[in-house]
Amino acid sequence: MAWPTIDRNTPVIDKDAPPVLGDAVKTKIRSFFERYETKKAALLPALHIVQESLGCISWQAMEEVAALLEIPPSEVFDVVTFYTHYWTKPRGRKAVVVCQSITCEVMGANELLEAIQRQLGIGVGQTTPDGAYSLATEECLALCDHAPCVLINEKKHSRVRTQDVPALLADPNNDKLDVARSELYDP
Amino acid sequence: MPDYEPVLLRNVGVEGSTTLPVYRKRGGYRALAKALKMSPQEVTEEVKAAELRGRGGAGFPAGVKWGFLPRDRTVTYLCVNADESEPPTFSNRVLMEHDPHQLIEGTIIAAWATQARVAYIYMRVEFHEPFHILQRAIDEAYAAGLLGKNILGSGYDLQMYIHRGAGAYICGEETGLIESIEGKRGWPRIKPPFPAIEGLFRRPTVVNNVETLCNVVHILERGAQWFTSIGPAGSYGPKLFCVCGPVNRPGCYEGPMTITVRDLIHGDAWGRGMIDDRGVKAVLPGGISMGILTGDELNMKMDFADPLKYGLLGLGTAAAVVVNEDTDIRVVLRNITRFFAHESCGQCTQCREGTSWSYKIARRIAAGRGRPEDLDILAETAGNLGMMPGLSICGLSDGAAFPIRTLVQKFRGELEGYIRANCGVRMAQPVSE
Repeated sequence: MAWPTIDRNTPVIDKDAPPVLGDAVKTKIRSFFERYETKKAALLPALHIVQESLGCISWQAMEEVAALLEIPPSEVFDVVTFYTHYWTKPRGRKAVVVCQSITCEVMGANELLEAIQRQLGIGVGQTTPDGAYSLATEECLALCDHAPCVLINEKKHSRVRTQDVPALLADPNNDKLDVARSELYDP
Repeated sequence: MPDYEPVLLRNVGVEGSTTLPVYRKRGGYRALAKALKMSPQEVTEEVKAAELRGRGGAGFPAGVKWGFLPRDRTVTYLCVNADESEPPTFSNRVLMEHDPHQLIEGTIIAAWATQARVAYIYMRVEFHEPFHILQRAIDEAYAAGLLGKNILGSGYDLQMYIHRGAGAYICGEETGLIESIEGKRGWPRIKPPFPAIEGLFRRPTVVNNVETLCNVVHILERGAQWFTSIGPAGSYGPKLFCVCGPVNRPGCYEGPMTITVRDLIHGDAWGRGMIDDRGVKAVLPGGISMGILTGDELNMKMDFADPLKYGLLGLGTAAAVVVNEDTDIRVVLRNITRFFAHESCGQCTQCREGTSWSYKIARRIAAGRGRPEDLDILAETAGNLGMMPGLSICGLSDGAAFPIRTLVQKFRGELEGYIRANCGVRMAQPVSE
């Protein structure tokens, strides 16, 4: 891409880092092997599990996933940097994702994004100093009937107005889902 | 549509519609029992007879797609495309959130027809609630003997897995989806070989959209004749339409493909008019990649044929975003070009470079620094993208080209006025500046 993007894709390569994947995470990843013909096909689920467990996918984690799936680390790196959902640097406990799609933009997503930036005091791709929130934007979240919409971790917030932002971000339960969660991908 | 009884959305709003007992009580899994008593060929023939066209955007007949599988195959895979990423489409999300068992039933029937033993539902990762709801429904189906070994005593085995994506529009392209399941970046493959011959793990593979498979349930239950009695020739069957933007009642609604864009925006059963009665400046009626209509072209019918007469690429996902008269058309141009510049996978040069240069030009025009030659450059760039001029592997860049081409053509006067006046749009764009 020819313009500067969010730098969540350049991992810090620390050759002396200790192992980061616990046994529970490894067992969970292995449980996906039976679903596919190749171990490599379990890569996307494995990365979801790692990110869920560590908050991001570090270089060390990539090497360990590669060993587990019996593929070169470069192939893991290739995939991690292609997909926008994976972060290679630590992010806040809650990720606020603002939809930027055409519907959200005509319904006021730009003003909403500005209000959230003001409230959190950070820009897109950044994390608050206390590690509570990270802010990101995303292309269409397929919530266009709820425009403008925001995801906080897994929870969607519909038709968010700029005046709702302080209360929304102050609410400790703003990432709690209404539906029962499946633990399939949880470490 | 006061006289239209919804079929695909019949369980939406019913209490407990996501659970197996409620779905069964309302007639669920009858079609599956019926299909398992038929031969796979008979099921395929029934779907062919119904002329069910794929609902994912391309409109390819589903039964014909199944018929492409080689006869002497050993392993077959079925992939369900639930990567719904096309702005502003959300009909698959509604189906999965409110009626997951309908999708599971349709998938089992399609798997039986294609003799697949494993079905992967490729769901975009941003669908968190639909994921949890659908995964619970799959667990329920396994427990009830509707999935796994010996389904309903028929001797047929099927495993069904949800494979979550990771945030890439291109994985909605069928070979990009296949690559992504294989654990690679979602780069579409050169075709042929088509997935029906060599797809997932190099085995024969069928990829179908969520809405297509939900239709299969009703074709099996009510017959192909019932299906072809709905809608105009070539566009049979019930269809989900999304309408959003500044309309009074944005949402996903069902009807036959006889409605017009005007019905969708103003109809009582649909969008119920514009907020504050503002005028319609433009509509993107089939997802953004199909192209744009002006406020004077609202008589377009939402079927597979009519959009072509208005210079659009096709019906697409039948999801309309409405732009009102207060919105600057440059905002639309900038947003659309940004989307495709971000989502181009980068494999083909014309698409990678064409989409990002289009975005740069659109941004320049929006910032009030447009040059007189910019519109011609945009039109020329859009004319050199895509499979239609034969320059790319997949259809993403056709989708990038059509909105630019139609927008520059249909709103040329307005854009030229802005360029002459050299005034910018206020933009909140800290991401890429």
